[in-house]
Amino acid sequence: MTAARAIEGSAIVIDQDDVDTDVLYPGSFLNIPDPDQKKNHLFEGLDPSLRDQLVGDTVLVVGENFGMGSSREHVPQAMKAAGIQCVLGKSFARIFERNCVNLGLMIITAPEAAKAARPGAQIRVDAHAGTVDVDGVSFEARPLPPFMLDMIEAGGLVPWAQRRVAAG
Amino acid sequence: MSRTLAEKILLAHTEAEEIQPGDIVMIRCDLVMANDISGSVAFREMERMGVPRVFDPSKVLMVADHFMPAKDAKSAELQRILKTWSKDQGVAFYDQGRGGIEHAVMVEDGWVVPGDVVAGGDSHTCTHGALGAFATGLGSTDVAACLAFGEFWQSVPATIRVEFTGSKQPFVSGKDLILAVIAELGVGGGTNHVLEFVGDGAEALTIDERLAVSNLAVEAGSETGIFPADEVTREYLEGRTDRTWTPERSDPGAPFAREVRIDLDALGPLIAMPHSPGNVASLDDAIGIPIDQAYIGNCSNGTMTDLRQAAQLFEGRTVHERCRAIIVPATAKIYREALAEGLIDTFVEAGAVVSTPTCGACFGGGMGVLAAGEKAIATTNRNFKGRMGSPEAEVHLANSWVAAAAAVAGEIVDPQDVLDAVPA
Repeated sequence: MTAARAIEGSAIVIDQDDVDTDVLYPGSFLNIPDPDQKKNHLFEGLDPSLRDQLVGDTVLVVGENFGMGSSREHVPQAMKAAGIQCVLGKSFARIFERNCVNLGLMIITAPEAAKAARPGAQIRVDAHAGTVDVDGVSFEARPLPPFMLDMIEAGGLVPWAQRRVAAG
Repeated sequence: MSRTLAEKILLAHTEAEEIQPGDIVMIRCDLVMANDISGSVAFREMERMGVPRVFDPSKVLMVADHFMPAKDAKSAELQRILKTWSKDQGVAFYDQGRGGIEHAVMVEDGWVVPGDVVAGGDSHTCTHGALGAFATGLGSTDVAACLAFGEFWQSVPATIRVEFTGSKQPFVSGKDLILAVIAELGVGGGTNHVLEFVGDGAEALTIDERLAVSNLAVEAGSETGIFPADEVTREYLEGRTDRTWTPERSDPGAPFAREVRIDLDALGPLIAMPHSPGNVASLDDAIGIPIDQAYIGNCSNGTMTDLRQAAQLFEGRTVHERCRAIIVPATAKIYREALAEGLIDTFVEAGAVVSTPTCGACFGGGMGVLAAGEKAIATTNRNFKGRMGSPEAEVHLANSWVAAAAAVAGEIVDPQDVLDAVPA
């Protein structure tokens, strides 16, 4: 089990609601298997220039119902490959949220923090404490169910399943 | 204790003795499906989990339907992996020309019965709710765990009761019913909820129409959209499966999170305007919008019901010179049935292209994508920006009568106006 830690990064902000996974990663690129190649198409239908902000550790800050639509796991795979440490939003579409959990990508619902974050803001997420700091100002996050938090911190569903196999 | 239909199904598929909305439980699957996009990643992840064989080969099927026929070598490779893996694991595989679009094939071939839990590596797996199943879309890693263990984790959803009352009006189909629901709920209004479709208006729907309704449940954010199984379901499944099932419905007094009522006596055809299935307008408000391509087909509306509706408009008429038309029967069987009925001839004579069953241009994969500046009308389920090709194209979602009428007129029109006009 990976030791629990706070997650930090600088904010990339998508200030829109109902962003679908088609604009985050268009269908014509769904035949690309390698996550490192996938990251080259992240945000392609939304704003490809957002990729220029993917430097070092980042936190993606989003609005309501983020990630609606297709179940394509290419989106969180590309996000992870691109160095995004956490997706912080007002609310999430169900399949996108579970895809992040299954890949061990921290996903946290904190509407006030998401509202406060400006591009480049320093974000610190402590999922255990249920807090998100935006440039040092602390906001409350919706608590993650322990099952989901455990899975994220285990590194996702694959390590979680490996443990299950090992336990017989 | 009164329970919803979804809770009853989930309770029958978990070790937990009691469930409440919000509980996270492991749910056993009766069926696991993936396609040429979701499959290969799932296979790799299953291997990483340390599980070499699927939990039960008789409960797994793979369908090549997205980039099909392959548009390039990369897509062909995905299909090759799907085929090789399926053969090696001894699971059912629908190859090119052998099945069609996954959700349509699964229903047609009797893979799903009421009360099933279906886990699919495709968001439109909710389609199978039409048969009274808890059917839900998952990502590839989730599918990997389903293949390995026959289980997925699930936060127990609450249910929104959707009651359809009254009778369908002319040129109104399942598509309009679900667009009316999405207009009411919004594209996120069903998140973490199941939609349950009841009422005399729901009971009067055929399975083809129910499939169209359930298919778009995910466009309201819902886990699935479920019709309680009834006599219509029983008749449809007769001869398709030997599996036994019992019709279930929500208990009297079951706790619903919300109730929505749609009066079919007052519902006309609807259009989802660009760029969201929730951007719903009445047909009257969309009249006159020029159309460059009409696309009739996909997993929601590529049934015989849809093809007959379209043929009604194309019969003795031609596709407008401004417009292209693409017809996509959802399965090989539907294709042959349409051929035998003479519908394919009607389409080709009218100047439409008839495609092999494929997800194709519906998700921008190929087989008829849109250029910048073009406007399309489609019987598909998503009209997000760039969904069917260029991000500068616009897609309007509509039923098959309305889409076919637009193809003939070259603009969005009332289908009755096309039928009333002197044939070309």
